[in-house]
Amino acid sequence: MRFVDEYRNPDLILELSSQIKKQVKDRSYRLMEICGGHTHSIYRFGIHELLPENIELIHGPGCPVCVLPLGKVDEALELVQTNDVIFTAFGDVMRVPGSKQDRFEVKARGADIRMVYSPTDALKIALDNPDKEVVFFAIGFETTAPSTALTIKYADALGVSNFSVFCNHVTVGPPLRSIMENEFFDIDGFIGPGHVSTVIGLEPYRFVAEEFFRPIVVSGFEPTDILESILALVRLIDAGKASVENQYIRAVKQEGNLAALEAMNDVFEERPSFEWRGLGYIDFSALRIKDTYSHYDAELRYKVQSISSPEPEGAICGEVLIGMKKPEDCPLMGVTCTPEYPVGALMVSSEGACSAYYTYVHRRSANSRTGVN
Amino acid sequence: MDVWFSDREILMAHGAGGKASRKLMDGLISPILSSHGSPPTLEDSFNVANSEIYITTDSFVVNPRVFPGGTLGELAVNGTLNDLSVSGARPQVLTLALILEAGIESKELQFQLEKIASAAESAGVRIVAGDTKVVEHGSGDGVFVTTTGLGMRHPKALLSAQRVRPGDKVLVSGTLGDHGVTILMARGDLDFTSEYLSSDTANLWPLVDALLSEFGDGVRWMRDPTRGGLASTLNELASDIKAEIEIDEGAVPVSDPVRGACEILGLDPFHIANEGKLVAVVDPKIAQDALSILQQHRLGEKAALIGEVKETDLPVVVCRTRFGAHRTLDMLTGDPLPRIC
Repeated sequence: MRFVDEYRNPDLILELSSQIKKQVKDRSYRLMEICGGHTHSIYRFGIHELLPENIELIHGPGCPVCVLPLGKVDEALELVQTNDVIFTAFGDVMRVPGSKQDRFEVKARGADIRMVYSPTDALKIALDNPDKEVVFFAIGFETTAPSTALTIKYADALGVSNFSVFCNHVTVGPPLRSIMENEFFDIDGFIGPGHVSTVIGLEPYRFVAEEFFRPIVVSGFEPTDILESILALVRLIDAGKASVENQYIRAVKQEGNLAALEAMNDVFEERPSFEWRGLGYIDFSALRIKDTYSHYDAELRYKVQSISSPEPEGAICGEVLIGMKKPEDCPLMGVTCTPEYPVGALMVSSEGACSAYYTYVHRRSANSRTGVN
Repeated sequence: MDVWFSDREILMAHGAGGKASRKLMDGLISPILSSHGSPPTLEDSFNVANSEIYITTDSFVVNPRVFPGGTLGELAVNGTLNDLSVSGARPQVLTLALILEAGIESKELQFQLEKIASAAESAGVRIVAGDTKVVEHGSGDGVFVTTTGLGMRHPKALLSAQRVRPGDKVLVSGTLGDHGVTILMARGDLDFTSEYLSSDTANLWPLVDALLSEFGDGVRWMRDPTRGGLASTLNELASDIKAEIEIDEGAVPVSDPVRGACEILGLDPFHIANEGKLVAVVDPKIAQDALSILQQHRLGEKAALIGEVKETDLPVVVCRTRFGAHRTLDMLTGDPLPRIC
């Protein structure tokens, strides 16, 4: 299959792996992949097995489903149960449990919850059902925010009144800064997120190099992409250079996607503060709908009351998210926390560090037999 | 065996063929039935009183009821025939139960009945008894079909998970994921489709017959990987035999349209349903010859040797990637859902 197989060429992969092994010096390299898509690829392709032992991969906060706080899920479920609406959401959001119940259970009891692949699908449902109110549960980084923005603009141009958006979009820069400002921060370099960078470009990562003196290489998602980025990071670290590099040149431009950024600017503004699952409140880290488009804001339309739900006891999601601990260090791993019954944030989506670890590695490790599965 | 199923209510995931389905079966259905005299685990088919007779039953619901490559009617016949076939039993007769929702057009019912009848006829199987119920409009989803099948053991068949040994080879009869991806596309929820996708629904008996006639007890175990896909089928085997099964990812046949759709949607072809494929575990001595027999058959042209049973006693399925790295191939959790980005 073109545009896929080239990047999974076994000869190239093994060559890159051996170059990395030749390049590394006698020191440790702690590298964080920010994006959940990278975490998923690393485990799916077994990339960690191709690296020398002194390269450690730490899984970052870039899984949009995982970082959604429990309170937001509870707010969404409350909205569905107290209003006669068609509630729409992306596929993997459907699996996120709230603090008391999950969306599938509410759906099983008869609430009209539908999976959509794009916010425009939700708008189409609104157009097809003029006598029903349709709400789109918008989540994700700048990767998905432009499509929500464009859908709102499109709805406005069509004069659609039975459609609204429960906006929980977040931005990638602030959590990254928050991790680096943590007193336990100990990471030598970053594998930069690929998809989100197609929108925001390279400029927003400048502070990583200039303020925190760490290299960051924006990377694609195929095995050769990730290995090439790791090789570049090792070379930069060895040379003591902190810069922003772009490995994913076939998709990411220096300036990003200007049309997408403009749509976001038209529709969204920064929230003063937003709660992140596992990371707590981070200033200016999320987006809300501007006054100009407030008639599409489900928070206002349904007077959504803010719910703050505490994290489950015993989970160490926060420490895993900032790289202090690994998924396998968590006492709940595979015991009470599994992809089927996720307790913590990182088990929720297949892109979450714990879910990826559980699915692809944990069951093969000897101590896994105490698990419930 | 006590009931340990603790989910508060039945969700769609309990019917998706993955972990939740297994839990419903092992935690609720089997314990209750077995405490009243049924066998401790219910298999897809059962050998009646250790005679030569096998019995199986299956219900069919599918949306849409007509899709590229097949219909509800064909699924309802082939699905039950295949459960018998992979147990090593030649299908003989079927019974047919219909639950119809008031309001469904007679023309559609006629169309589906003709599909049912011709699928049975071409498999050389008669439909000999049946039942029809009509439920109120809104109380059903159009047409629900239940078929029960009776089969006679192939004289050379000796199939059982207990006969699987380390070193045995794993064969599949063709490309994986065709049915599930076709249905996902045919529902029209996603804004793209492919004219190259088609369900693989088929009666597997001719293929099974060829294998058993030639190799007899060299064929240890067979299944048709329907809901939950190859991953769920092999995980069930791994946990039954308490051994690791290793799959060579590069050897597993998946068509380009299915691969493409799965790449775009973030799905794993190993988790997607098939309706006309079998997985066989065979004695390593006959593996290559068995593969040739499969490949000579119309239903098995793309058959492949995809892995083997290992010595280790950890009940997992491990997938070896094309460049020698590994990942665990877990059972499906919940329904297969597209990823956000």
